[in-house]
Order: sequence, then structure tokens, then C-alpha cells
Amino acid sequence: MKRTFATYSLSIGALAMLLTGCGGKKDESSDTSAPAGAPAAGKMVDPASAGEVTGTVKLDGPAPKMRTISMAAEPACAKAHSGPVTSEEVVTGDAGALSNVVVYVKSGLDGYSFPVPATPVKFEQQGCQYHPHVAGVQVGQNINVLNNDQTTHNIHPIPKENREWNESQPPGAAPIEKSFPREEIAIPVKCNVHPWMKAYMAVLPNPYFQVTSKDGSFDLKNLPPGTYTLTAWHELYGTTDQTVTVGPKESKTVTFTFKASAPSAD
Amino acid sequence: MNTEVHKGLHRFAVFTACCTFLLLIAGALVTSNDAGLSIPDWPLAYGSLTPPMVGGIRYEYTHRVIATCIGILTIILASWIWKVEKRPWMRWLGLAALGGVIAQGILGGMTVRMFQPPPVSAAHATLAQLFFSTVVAISVFTSAWWQNASTELSDPGVPRVRTLAVWTVAAVFLQLILGAAFRHKAFSIIPHLIGAVIVTILIFMTAGALKRRFADVRPLRTCAKLLHILIGVQLLLGGAAWWSHVYSAHFPQPISVMVTLTVIHTVTGALVLATTLTATLVSYRLIKAGVTVPDSSRTSEQVA
Repeated sequence: MKRTFATYSLSIGALAMLLTGCGGKKDESSDTSAPAGAPAAGKMVDPASAGEVTGTVKLDGPAPKMRTISMAAEPACAKAHSGPVTSEEVVTGDAGALSNVVVYVKSGLDGYSFPVPATPVKFEQQGCQYHPHVAGVQVGQNINVLNNDQTTHNIHPIPKENREWNESQPPGAAPIEKSFPREEIAIPVKCNVHPWMKAYMAVLPNPYFQVTSKDGSFDLKNLPPGTYTLTAWHELYGTTDQTVTVGPKESKTVTFTFKASAPSAD
Repeated sequence: MNTEVHKGLHRFAVFTACCTFLLLIAGALVTSNDAGLSIPDWPLAYGSLTPPMVGGIRYEYTHRVIATCIGILTIILASWIWKVEKRPWMRWLGLAALGGVIAQGILGGMTVRMFQPPPVSAAHATLAQLFFSTVVAISVFTSAWWQNASTELSDPGVPRVRTLAVWTVAAVFLQLILGAAFRHKAFSIIPHLIGAVIVTILIFMTAGALKRRFADVRPLRTCAKLLHILIGVQLLLGGAAWWSHVYSAHFPQPISVMVTLTVIHTVTGALVLATTLTATLVSYRLIKAGVTVPDSSRTSEQVA
């Protein structure tokens, strides 16, 4: 009898462990250590001596033709668009300007401290597409996920360094507020209800980042004097780095170029 | 052999097997449409029993509803077997089916709650095939044919058909695990391709031996014919499914040709497993074990 009870207890315990402990990802709710991307208290940037880096990101070669998304099975999505909707993997403007590229300072800011912005980043679902397609956010900064559609979505980020989550958001539901405590470039986000809905969230440890718009431009302001590694990340073409030295009050221009023929697996 | 045949139980087992096949199709549709996480909660769906039926939710919710029905059917089947069956091992087989369907439900819940970790998703897909095979076996064991047949045939060849058939079932099952692992991104396609070669060779060996050695034994001849047809169809479907997978890799959403081919390939895999298992069971039922003098004691007319 005792043996039977022990066997049952062990089985139930093993099952409970399976159901609760096999997530494989660290649960941030119980993580009391400082986030990896948040520097400890350090020196602040002096606006009087700060410079800036501006520039553009270009695609060298013809952009691949984006496939048309079929929303025919989802009238609530289809009626939000007057014309055909294409995938946003590669979006280019005039003269090969490449949009949806995250340009950020990868290194050179050791010793500085950056407060987490109080303003949340808006991440909207409209016309069964994500706006923006690529969002930049600082470590710990809030993200407000909004559903402006007349249909239900689920929001499912698939991070490697942060905790994965998957939440539903019916039409008219309150915004979902989330943040990521660890640096990660970039987290794929998808909607399993509407499988064409894909986006990325770049979580960065400092405020020196920008996602290029249709003209491919970026502007990193208020950068303290120093030598930096600047990185440009694109969902299809991967990353490319450049080193730039910014003097006091100096403005530098940088151009990143991705080769259209060489998509990366990054 | 127990001569008490419960026709109602046999028909119910066949019905459950057919419904389980529908569940396999529903499950494959969920995976191919990437809809597994379209309902983020489990066991409820969007906090209720009736979620909004849009997009991928349609596939996932239909899968859950059919799975619930199969759970109920299995409870009835196991209870029925327990009540009327005189063969103790059949009672245990009924309970094994019940345990399988419960474990399958838990694995399904785990895939949702744990965001589809490849080992859990692959285990869920594999157990589905195992459960289907169990219900098919119950259907065979409860048939009048099984209970009235006698083990009288002698196998004149080497390796024995019974041995070949067991190896084939094992290889097909392993191949289904590799296929599930590839489908759920745990492995690359290579192990599944190697598995396909091994399975093809073994099926041709088993079906060939059945055809050559027992051409006048109808059940064995039928198994051989089915195995030949299914492996041919499955190889073509595998190639077509792979082509559609590569072709649609850069499409923004799953395309219908890829979904259709992949789902048919997946469920045909289940049919291959069920058929090889049935061929094995029939072989064990009709062919005597051990070495015999070639052709001296065949009584195929009696069992055909």
C-alpha cells in the first residue's frame, strides 16, 4: 500500500514538474537580478558636448519582389485594404533606400547610464498588419500593443534571450502592456490567427537607435564624444557594422549598404 | 481462442479508428497552417468553450473538439472492452488506449502552454500515430476473422515474414518520429530521408515475401498489395510535399498546395503504420513460428 502511494506520488510529482518546469525559458517574474542590458548607475551624457550621427541605409541591387498577402479568408482584414497588400520583408524607397533597418550603437558607451523612457512604444495591429513592422525599444521600456482591427489577434513574440509569451487580443480589448528586460536584436513577433502577420522588436540597452523609414535615413542625436561601433540590422539581410568617431558637437554621416543578392540567415 | 465475437464492439472500434483518422487530418492541418498557438490558452479557448472562429483558430479549435470526441469514444471503447472481453490482454489494451488518449491530451495542452517546444510537439504528433495504431489493432483483435482464424501456415523462407514484418513496423514508427521531428523543427530533413530509404527497402522485402510465399492466402496477399500501393503513394507524396515546402518557403503565409500535400503525406504515414501493423498481426495470426519444411504444411485455403 505504502509502495503504491509512493509510486502515485512520484508519478504526479513528475507530471507536475513536466507541466510547470519544462518551459526552457527563464521566468522574469522571479528574476531579481538587474537586466543584462541595463547598465548600473554611471555617468550621464553632457548635452553641451554631444554630437550626432546621421546617415542612410541602402540596398545595392534590385529589391526582391514581395509576395502578395491573401486575406480573402478573413473579410475583417480584407476590407481594411483598398488594394493588394504585400509582404514587408524588403521595403525600399528612392535610390535603393532601405526601410525597416534598425541602426544602433553596439559598443562604445561603457560607463554611461541611460534612464528607461517613460513613454511606451506603440505597437498596433491595423488591417491585420503590424505597425510598425520593426519596432525599436529600450530594455525595460513599456510596449503598448493595440488592436485596432475588427477581428481577434494573438500576439506571440518568440525571443531567445527574453521570456516568450502569447496573448490574445479581441477587438476593442484594452492595450496589452509588456516590456523586455534583456537586450535582444531582434525578437520575431507573429500572429498565429493570421499567419502572414509578422514583425520584429529590437530591444536595445541604450537610446541610440532608430528604425529607418521609407527614405532609409537615420539620425542618432545627443551622442557623447567617442568612438562607436554602429550596427545596421535587417530581417532578411542580417547585420553590418561600421566604426565611427564623434568629436564634441560634431556631426558625422554614415552610409550602410546591404547587397540585395546576399540575404543572411541572421 | 475465444470464440465469443462482439460484433457491436468491433464496429465501434472501427468507428473510433475512422474518427481518429479524422483527428489526424485535423491535427496535421493545425501544424501546416501554423495555427497551433492561435488559441493561447488551454484547456479553455479564449477563456471560454466557444472562441471567435476566425483565421487559425478555426483549425486549432476544430482539432480540440474532435480530440474531445475521440477522448469520449475511447472511454466508451475501453469500458466496453473491460465489460465484455474475456481475453485479459485485450482489457489491458483497451486501458492502454485510454491512457494514450489522456497522455495525448496532456501533451496537446503542454504544446500550447509551453509554446510548442519541438520535443513536446513531436511527441504529440508521434503519440497520435501510436494511438491510431492501437485503435486499429483493437479493431483487428475484436473482428470475427481474428477470433476464428487459426495459426496453420508455415513460412518456407528466410528471413521469416513475421520477423520482417516486426522490423518493418519498428522502422515505420521510427520514420514517423523523424518526420514529426522534422515537421516540428527538431531535426533537419536528412534523418527523415534516410529513414524513407530504410522503410522502403523493408516494406518491399516484407510485401515481396508475403506475395511470393503466400500468394494464395487472401489476407496476406491483400496486406502485400496495400503495402506496395501505400509506399509508392507515400514516396510520391513525400517528394511533392518537400517540393511544396521549398517552393513556398518565402511566401508570407502557408499556401494551399503546401498544406494539402503535407497533410496528405502526414496522414498517409499513419496509414502506412496501421497497414504494416495489421500485416504483422495477420502474419502472427496465420503463420506458425519456427523453422519448417518448405511448403509441406500450408493450409492456405482454410484461412483465405
